[in-house]
Amino acid sequence: MKASIIVFPGSNCDRDIAVSIKKLTTLEPIMVWHKETSIPDSDLIVIPGGFTFGDYLRCGSIAANSPIMKDVIKKATDGAPTLGICNGFQILTESGLLPGTLIKNDCLSFLCKTVSIRVENNQTNFSKKYKQNEIINIPIAHNEGNFFANENTLEKIKDSNQIVFKYCNQNGEVNNETNPNGSIENIAGITNEQGNVLGMMPHPERATCEITKLSDGENLFKSISEFLL
Amino acid sequence: MKLNVKIMPKNGVLDPQGKAIENSLSQLGFKNFSEIRQGKIIEIDIDADKDQAINITDEMCKKLLVNLIIEDYEIIFDREE
Repeated sequence: MKASIIVFPGSNCDRDIAVSIKKLTTLEPIMVWHKETSIPDSDLIVIPGGFTFGDYLRCGSIAANSPIMKDVIKKATDGAPTLGICNGFQILTESGLLPGTLIKNDCLSFLCKTVSIRVENNQTNFSKKYKQNEIINIPIAHNEGNFFANENTLEKIKDSNQIVFKYCNQNGEVNNETNPNGSIENIAGITNEQGNVLGMMPHPERATCEITKLSDGENLFKSISEFLL
Repeated sequence: MKLNVKIMPKNGVLDPQGKAIENSLSQLGFKNFSEIRQGKIIEIDIDADKDQAINITDEMCKKLLVNLIIEDYEIIFDREE
């Protein structure tokens, strides 16, 4: 079983995610350059974090139009499990695979810290190993992580139970004070309506090794692995 | 055919950059201004007549240049022919 990790100019979390996948799943990570036009046979597609194309125009907008994205869109639409982290989340919204978009943090600064997020939906293939409402600690590192969607879109997202993670504090409280970047309703991660595509701003791959003293990201990879077996 | 695409944040969408500029201008002592918003201008030279140029630019905007969830755009010609 294989996981295709899409690599763009400016991707910088591709190796980290490969290490996490190797350590915590039964998948063999393979790197796929953005200029390829088809993804090799694989069980998971990953769009890693980074600053693709220097964040020119809008974060993720240029990458969303890279040659490989046609096949990513086709396969994800057909139901392929697809995970986008940070810039990967931005690319997924820019490509139309996920609703809404990500705008500049309302604090106007780049945020690089570990935050608490609450598992809002543990019924997805990415979150099954977490408990419902579990509070986990995962690092964020972004300048444009402020999730925005218009009212209709937001209603649809909520009605279809697409919110997977929300920013909170250590006690699980979700409010303005526990919102690091201004995201609507503290949204930190969502799936598409079908549930096979997850985008999230926090970096689970940075919470899977002893060096960071964080391990709460491990269950995300274990969830994927369990579901694919 | 030279033209500009003016892209602005939609009304009601938070524009943190506009707010930051507003705050800085206030600190500099400027008064009696409000509603500063920051957008961008993209210059394009298209080898086509005006109607075609509008159609092509419109397609460019929808496919790449503009995120219609948060931005509005306007196509502006350098000079009226």
